[in-house]
Amino acid sequence: MTTHASLAENATTTRCTVSVEFARSLRRHVDCPPQSVDPGSLREVLLAALETAPALVSYVFDDQQAIRKHVAVFVNDEMVQDRVRLDRRLEGGDRVLVIQALTGG
Amino acid sequence: MSHLLLVGSRKGLFVVRGSGTRWDIGAPHFVGEPVTQVLVDPRDSTWYAALRLGHFGVKLHRSADQGTSWQQIAAPAFPPKPEQGEWADDATPWSVDLIWGLAAGGADEPASLWAGCLPAGLFRSTDRGDSWALNDALWLDRRRRDWFGGGYDHAGIHSVLVDPRDSKHVTVAVSCGGVWQTRDGGASWQLSAAGMKADFMPAEREEDQNIQDPHCMVQCAAAPDVLWVQHHCGIYRSIDGARSWQPIAAPAPSGFGFAVACDPADPQRAWFVPAEADAKRIPVDGAVVVTRTDDGGATFRAARTGLPQSHAYHLAYRHALDVAADRRTLAMASTTGGLWTSADAGESWHCVSRDLPPVAVVRFAGA
Repeated sequence: MTTHASLAENATTTRCTVSVEFARSLRRHVDCPPQSVDPGSLREVLLAALETAPALVSYVFDDQQAIRKHVAVFVNDEMVQDRVRLDRRLEGGDRVLVIQALTGG
Repeated sequence: MSHLLLVGSRKGLFVVRGSGTRWDIGAPHFVGEPVTQVLVDPRDSTWYAALRLGHFGVKLHRSADQGTSWQQIAAPAFPPKPEQGEWADDATPWSVDLIWGLAAGGADEPASLWAGCLPAGLFRSTDRGDSWALNDALWLDRRRRDWFGGGYDHAGIHSVLVDPRDSKHVTVAVSCGGVWQTRDGGASWQLSAAGMKADFMPAEREEDQNIQDPHCMVQCAAAPDVLWVQHHCGIYRSIDGARSWQPIAAPAPSGFGFAVACDPADPQRAWFVPAEADAKRIPVDGAVVVTRTDDGGATFRAARTGLPQSHAYHLAYRHALDVAADRRTLAMASTTGGLWTSADAGESWHCVSRDLPPVAVVRFAGA
């Protein structure tokens, strides 16, 4: 049963944490439900979200721990251009979406 | 006797069972995904399948129950590229793009596997693929800087041969980086491409061992000092464990090609699938043939029976030819989805399918 108290608690959690979601094209290989993690650098946020699905790490990152060139990461509505440093600071309430960049045939 | 054949293709892994002219293609595994290499470990019958996911990198899967279930295991991956020192400016990416060669270690090293990759890292597992380590001795050899891509942007290792007499003696072929051997399990490596000639290079570099382009290299199991190479510039054979290579006169209709298979017991016999030329990678006159030598390359016969002889533009990739342990059953597949088998050591061929996805590799279990 949802109570007013738990709704308020959820709202507070959403404001304080970063939400991370992986697109279905990734989840069909290794499932990872949406995560709420502590604020931090984009790399810290992604790695924290992937702790529940460590097998998914190599789908998102290449051998040098850069974002794969055919994977796109959005912070809110903005696509992240930097694939290497990933040092952008994310705050509570930010939303991260990881998708498959469209290529090939 | 029914044979088991794994067919790795651009759109999945097919398990094909049969013999003679009766073959059955089973439901695909990893349907829709590119499968670049397979291995049936002769020591414990474990299957391995290497995937090259277009967006998400290379992956490796293992099955202990003949494909009933698969487990994703670790894939080879490069360590962090140094930010300082002599490799900081390495133009080759330190990121695996393709698992190109997979080989089981020796019978005395039951958990050992080797993986040749593109870029040309050689990786070793000592725990059946649960983890992998880059072979630093080869990767950090300064001569690697002279390697270059042959068809791909970077050089790659596609053939890894473990000497059945000595597991520490391993021979690898690099496109384009020659042939290399270790006799100490990978601690040190020697170039072993003497005698090969790259006619596309400046004259002064034609015989440079370090830039040769062996397309595929195989070894006679019963006589491991005999090796065969389908090279970019023709066919080569060694009878002294790759210390030296002898050119084989180009057979009719062509000496160009990618694939080679050799008889596991007869060091005189090998098969090739010719294409017209480097700049024309189609069968000569649009007619598919498989050539076979029974005398160490002195003479060849070209088999055409059962193979398409008109407007056929099939190319066999380097791993798309294999011979079974019975020495008479062969399989060959093409970039345009043809799969053929032979039950008479390549004299005649039977079409199993003309409609598969482009095939990268065919491998018999127990071969």
